[in-house]
Amino acid sequence: MAGASDMNSAPEPQVVLSVRDLSIDYHLRTHILHAVRKVSFDLKMGRTTALVGESGSGKSVTARALLRIIDKPATVTSGKITLNGPDGAQRLDRLRENGPEIRRVRGGRIALIFQEPMSSLSPVRTIGAQIVESLLLHRDMTRAEAKAETVRLLRQVEIKNPEQMADRYTFEFSGGMRQRAMIAMALACDPDVLIADEPTTALDVTTQAEIMDLIKRLQTERGMAMLMITHDLGLVAEIADEVAVMRWGRIVEQGSVDRIFHEPQTAYTQKLLGATLKLEKAHDRPAPPTDGEPILSARGLTKGFGAHTWTGKTKWSITAVDDVDLDLWPGENLGIVGESGSGKTTLGKMLLRITEPSTGKILWRPSQSDPPQEVTGMAPNALKAYRGAVRLVFQDPFASLNPRMTVKQVIGDPIHVTGKAQGRALDERVGELLELVGLDRSVMERYPHAFSGGQRQRIGIARALALDPHVIIADEATSALDVSIRAQILDLLLKVQDQLGLSYIFIAHDISTVRYFCDRVAVMHRGKVVETGTAERICTAPEAPYTKALISAVPSPDPRNKRMSLRTRFDI
Amino acid sequence: MNDISDPTSDLPPLTVDGDETGPAISPLREGDDPSKISVASQWTLIWTKFTRNKVAVGAGCVVFFLYFVALFAEVLAPTDPARAQPRLTYAPPQSLAFFTEGENGREWLPHVKGYAMTVDPASLRRSFTVDDGKVIPVGLFVEGTPYKLWGLFPMSTHLIGPLDDKQPMNLLGTDSLGRDLLSRLIYGARISMSIGLIGVISSLVIGTVLGALSGYYGGWVDLAVQRLIEVISAMPTIPLWLGLAAAIPITWSPLKVYFIITLIVSLLAWTSLAREVRGRLFVLKNEDFVTAAILDGSRQRRVIFRHILPSLTSHILAVVTLAIPTMIVAETALSFLGIGLKPPVVSWGVLLQDAQNIRTVATAPWLLIWPSLAVVLAVLSFNFLGDGLRDAADPYES
Repeated sequence: MAGASDMNSAPEPQVVLSVRDLSIDYHLRTHILHAVRKVSFDLKMGRTTALVGESGSGKSVTARALLRIIDKPATVTSGKITLNGPDGAQRLDRLRENGPEIRRVRGGRIALIFQEPMSSLSPVRTIGAQIVESLLLHRDMTRAEAKAETVRLLRQVEIKNPEQMADRYTFEFSGGMRQRAMIAMALACDPDVLIADEPTTALDVTTQAEIMDLIKRLQTERGMAMLMITHDLGLVAEIADEVAVMRWGRIVEQGSVDRIFHEPQTAYTQKLLGATLKLEKAHDRPAPPTDGEPILSARGLTKGFGAHTWTGKTKWSITAVDDVDLDLWPGENLGIVGESGSGKTTLGKMLLRITEPSTGKILWRPSQSDPPQEVTGMAPNALKAYRGAVRLVFQDPFASLNPRMTVKQVIGDPIHVTGKAQGRALDERVGELLELVGLDRSVMERYPHAFSGGQRQRIGIARALALDPHVIIADEATSALDVSIRAQILDLLLKVQDQLGLSYIFIAHDISTVRYFCDRVAVMHRGKVVETGTAERICTAPEAPYTKALISAVPSPDPRNKRMSLRTRFDI
Repeated sequence: MNDISDPTSDLPPLTVDGDETGPAISPLREGDDPSKISVASQWTLIWTKFTRNKVAVGAGCVVFFLYFVALFAEVLAPTDPARAQPRLTYAPPQSLAFFTEGENGREWLPHVKGYAMTVDPASLRRSFTVDDGKVIPVGLFVEGTPYKLWGLFPMSTHLIGPLDDKQPMNLLGTDSLGRDLLSRLIYGARISMSIGLIGVISSLVIGTVLGALSGYYGGWVDLAVQRLIEVISAMPTIPLWLGLAAAIPITWSPLKVYFIITLIVSLLAWTSLAREVRGRLFVLKNEDFVTAAILDGSRQRRVIFRHILPSLTSHILAVVTLAIPTMIVAETALSFLGIGLKPPVVSWGVLLQDAQNIRTVATAPWLLIWPSLAVVLAVLSFNFLGDGLRDAADPYES
């Protein structure tokens, strides 16, 4: 072909892996899904290619197809996968599945880092043993050499005390440490290609920054080609050289990271970028006055978990939420931000008394003139009324809707239970609510499985609105959604707020959504509120050291303004 | 590796398709409409998944057939299972033929051949051979021994039988008293298949109630129920059955004994069901949609019956289907050992009692073969059906 001569003249780095016209079908229960359609890309020495797309775009299965590890319902229907090496090119798609050749490639020449390090490492063997095994399989080493190499690798991925840590089990590692161990394992055999499948999605933003630093450093040192799979455009801007944008199984646009971010050609890429950039600034809405009486307050709210022996001695105890004071004024959006384990979800549950607080008070003021009611001591009937006025929107749009009920039953259930409407009036009210959240009335008879994540979240919001609430607690309501949907749901919440005069408590770990959505923000760390202030101030001029580290670790969606590497570090 | 296309060839141009509104989908079969699934209820989804499993569907048909046979035993059996033919003890199976060689060549006439009996002068044992000369014409829907359908409607029509009621027709042979094995097998299906069903229903009630209590309330209720289950599962079943069955007074009517046996079998079989229900409830009560229902103001009863139980029904159905064969085997085992059902009740286990000694098995192997085949067929079908149902039970899992 004509391309051969171009290779010598072009200064481009050498292509290690090339994929041409890869197509993958899923034979599902009800239909055949063309998950990947004619996808082509090249991975080059020392370069990072990012495969970006929303959930269901086929990016993960593409990566797995490179290693021939796709599972049963999926089949590769066409395509060429060529791996170039010192002994010439090798057609991976021609190799026998699980044959010796492909096994030599897996781990040896192409390594894979998974999203969830806990489930991809064996829980019954030590970290060291797993790395040693991989070394013995792929490299000509004695056991003693492999052990020494393991310690060297663990040191390279910045695990402290590598000699001791090699003898620990996965459950003794934190999420970030596990991912480091996983990386050490992937690098054990000096692969030419590293595939990172959402390597930091399960991690907190500060840990993500550290892991990405590490991967980037190791990649430059070793000159590996990297295929990075992610949905996070910020991360792409920080570390990728080339980008391929996938949608519905097809690559819609590919090119250098600068071109994709600054001159996107297709409408879809523009939309995706627009949604990301939109969340980079605050929404233009005057903050509501905070001089009146707060509608909902928490004073000294504390929750301890623990276990006692039968004699009453404490076996262990932790304080999930520690002495938290909060105030929510009418019409205000209060954000609660923190990493996993900071106690923000427990706090939200306590506000609704799904979890009973250990100590502290929750005060609820139905209207400005009323005296505050104490929620913590409410009788069942008063609590029912309170839970009608303060509603919850769940994180997981799949688990929060009963799959065996139609949309009408789901949204109508609270109305039916409280006896507010029956029969045709109920249908009418459900129709109104559906229109309010931007769905069509005609979907009433459908079951939740017919809807996408974003649509389900709209149904969840409609259910929360069914009882004419004053306050909505949104617990990570947008974190399970794709970025373009995320912005839509946030806008929907703001629109509904405009119409119905609601207040929101918005619990999130994602700084950009909080910045876009909230007026004031409380930052939680290890059960305590470390800083409270207006959203703009927290995001631009944080004061507490933890907040500074948190804010600076957020990747910036602009490849010309990388900020992750300049971040402030915070050690406990 | 001779056909390697040049890996450095330029990337092919992207096919831009701006009109796409969703992922690319094509139906599994021509003419299917994937959009129909959006208004499909859980049962429709379960059915779609279940029918994909051909073995389970086949097993389901067999189970359905067996219950059909049990229901219409009187009509389907050629004769009364208790009718003894003293002259035809241990008569071998006759085979059905459709044509006779007459004067005008082959003639359509469904028939069985009659028996010719010889008596061994030394041992006085009778042996039968097929007598080609004796043609016994048979037909469909013939008048025969009178009976009452379900003990209510007097009838005398049999699906198949000899045109002349006096002539013998034993398609599967006869037993020691010359009773027709086919008729006995068909009547036996009624007892054996229903003992499974009734036994499972009573263990279903115990199992679901205790499992649900244990799972929903947790704490000491759970502790008590779980220890009870452990104690019961720890008991060796056969000696316990023996003991309980031995305690049944012999003066009781066969019907009463039948119910007591069902009860004994089911008393020990509810434990696995209770565990299953408890496990599912533990998972379900922490599901977001259950929390949502509580926040919506639903009472506890509504939460359990409207939100939790519907998610359980399909699982329970699968467990029940898998429990029935255990019951059938238990009844067969008890009756075979002579401590379960006793003649004149006819069940597959009772039929197998006749095949206990080696002499009988040697002279009349059909007495062992057919009842055992019936048990094996029923148990296997239920197991395949149950497996299929279990796989299809949760249509919302990935």
